[in-house]
Amino acid sequence: MSKVIEGLLYSESHEWVKIEDGLAVIGVSDYAQAEMGDITYVDLPSEGDEVSAGEEFGALESVKASSELYSPVSGTVEEVNSELESAPEKVNEDAYAAWIIKVRLSDESELDALMDAAAYTASLK
Amino acid sequence: MKYYDKLIFELSRPGRCGYSLPASILGGKECACSNVGSKEAPVSGGVWRETPLTLPEVSEPDVVRHYTNLSQMNFGVDTGFYPLGSCTMKYNPKINEEIVSAFNGLHPLQPENTVKGALEVLDFVDGALAEITGMKHFTFLPCAGAHGELTGLMIMREYHMRRGDTARTKVIVPDSAHGTNPASAAVCGLDIVVVKSRPDGLVDVEDLKPLLGPDVAGIMMTNPNTLGLFERDIKEIAELVHECGGLLYYDGANMNPLLGVVRPGDMGFDIMHLNLHKTFSTPHGGGGPGSGPVGVAERLVPLLDVPRTSGFHGNFGIILRACAYILMLGRENVKMAGPLATLSANYIKESLKDCFKLPIQTVCKHEFVFDGLAEPNGVTTLDVAKRLLDYGFHAPTIYFPLLFHQALMIEPTETESLETLDAFIEVMRVIAREAAENPELLHTAPHNTPIGRPDETGAARQPVLKYTK
Repeated sequence: MSKVIEGLLYSESHEWVKIEDGLAVIGVSDYAQAEMGDITYVDLPSEGDEVSAGEEFGALESVKASSELYSPVSGTVEEVNSELESAPEKVNEDAYAAWIIKVRLSDESELDALMDAAAYTASLK
Repeated sequence: MKYYDKLIFELSRPGRCGYSLPASILGGKECACSNVGSKEAPVSGGVWRETPLTLPEVSEPDVVRHYTNLSQMNFGVDTGFYPLGSCTMKYNPKINEEIVSAFNGLHPLQPENTVKGALEVLDFVDGALAEITGMKHFTFLPCAGAHGELTGLMIMREYHMRRGDTARTKVIVPDSAHGTNPASAAVCGLDIVVVKSRPDGLVDVEDLKPLLGPDVAGIMMTNPNTLGLFERDIKEIAELVHECGGLLYYDGANMNPLLGVVRPGDMGFDIMHLNLHKTFSTPHGGGGPGSGPVGVAERLVPLLDVPRTSGFHGNFGIILRACAYILMLGRENVKMAGPLATLSANYIKESLKDCFKLPIQTVCKHEFVFDGLAEPNGVTTLDVAKRLLDYGFHAPTIYFPLLFHQALMIEPTETESLETLDAFIEVMRVIAREAAENPELLHTAPHNTPIGRPDETGAARQPVLKYTK
């Protein structure tokens, strides 16, 4: 059973969001990393890039497949976790610690469309 | 199978030489053992090497044994059953090779009046493929399926551009499509829009309708699709796409079951490619090269003759093999290939559906997908695939299509005998029993091959891409 953490928001495409210091911290769920298998490459956007809710902002590659990352929110990328470039395995080790990007939100109301932990857990069944 | 893992560089000994050619045939240059150029040679800019290239220095028996040993580590359709779904690994008849050997001396720059036989082959295969597919004409320049897709999309884009219809930048691709479809569209500079499949595995026409509009260049479809299911709504889809001004591209990857039975042209497709290395029995992969001829409907023929992907006539040797295959079978037997491939796939599917999970129950075409074992007991599709190697079968395609998480995709083709199919079915049943009784045996499989489970993750994360001493 994959791990789902209370207090985070989740998208249908298996990204998680946490609001921290006014920024939306975004990663992929434990379910997503388990489905992908050993992740071999994380394709990251650049700081300053604009992202929109539901649009692609990067990709994960694993031995099994390549999968796009979809931003759950719109805004500007303030920070990327460049550590993942050389250590993509961190996503497998702890998907909730291995954040991918931090976004300055342009529309906070988009958060209302995301699932809480209970709803996300239910969606995985 | 003898274990052999040497690189030819490891066999190299300084100064060892298989042959040394006399200076007289090298225009008075140095011995063949040296590959350092002469300083007086008429090449400017200091591009001659100062030091010899590190080439392996080996004797003739070393070379022969090296490659023979490597070849014996290989598994091919000549050594066993190769039920690789989505790839159509059918047997390559030896008569193809015989025919090709008659054309060995041909050079692409020969004067036309000396190559009339070759031109006749091209003309014949063009006509035969056009008749089989319902297209008007084919170009043979694309050298692979994806090459064909790119060529086809360039034709699609140019068709709209020439009409001044520059707003058409979107290509619709089903979520069940081969990954090459969106990749080709992206390389061609087009945007990809995904249309969803219904629970029965077919394209959802209702989901398609709102995607259609004046910005749509076309749709790419594989029929039967990657689940091995015939897209029954294709006529309606074709009408909808044409109505909005778009074109239909047919990915010929799954043409095998339709050969001589149903024609993409009659379904409403405007552009298509065929994989000669799938449907027309020419070699795959390392045994290739491939060939992905692109055919178009009549109104697109003027766009066909622009060389987009390669020069001359593409991989002529492969076209020749396809020619031999078509002539060898003849009209009547070409029509048998599809139904036999379909029968073989359905036979395996029905024989194994009590041991393996069958997510889509309907009659399949040339291939079908299991979603892992019916009772996995912790055994994954990867474990099943690895265990099959122990029993001397090549593993089917696994973890594709992505719609099913434990996908195991089987395509037997029409070239296998009933006895081979039965032997495969028996082994699959044995593996299902082993999964119930001794799952550890499967987790650690294969046990009988020289290499078991290579570190794919390590190879992807820390690839070693060149040989260093």
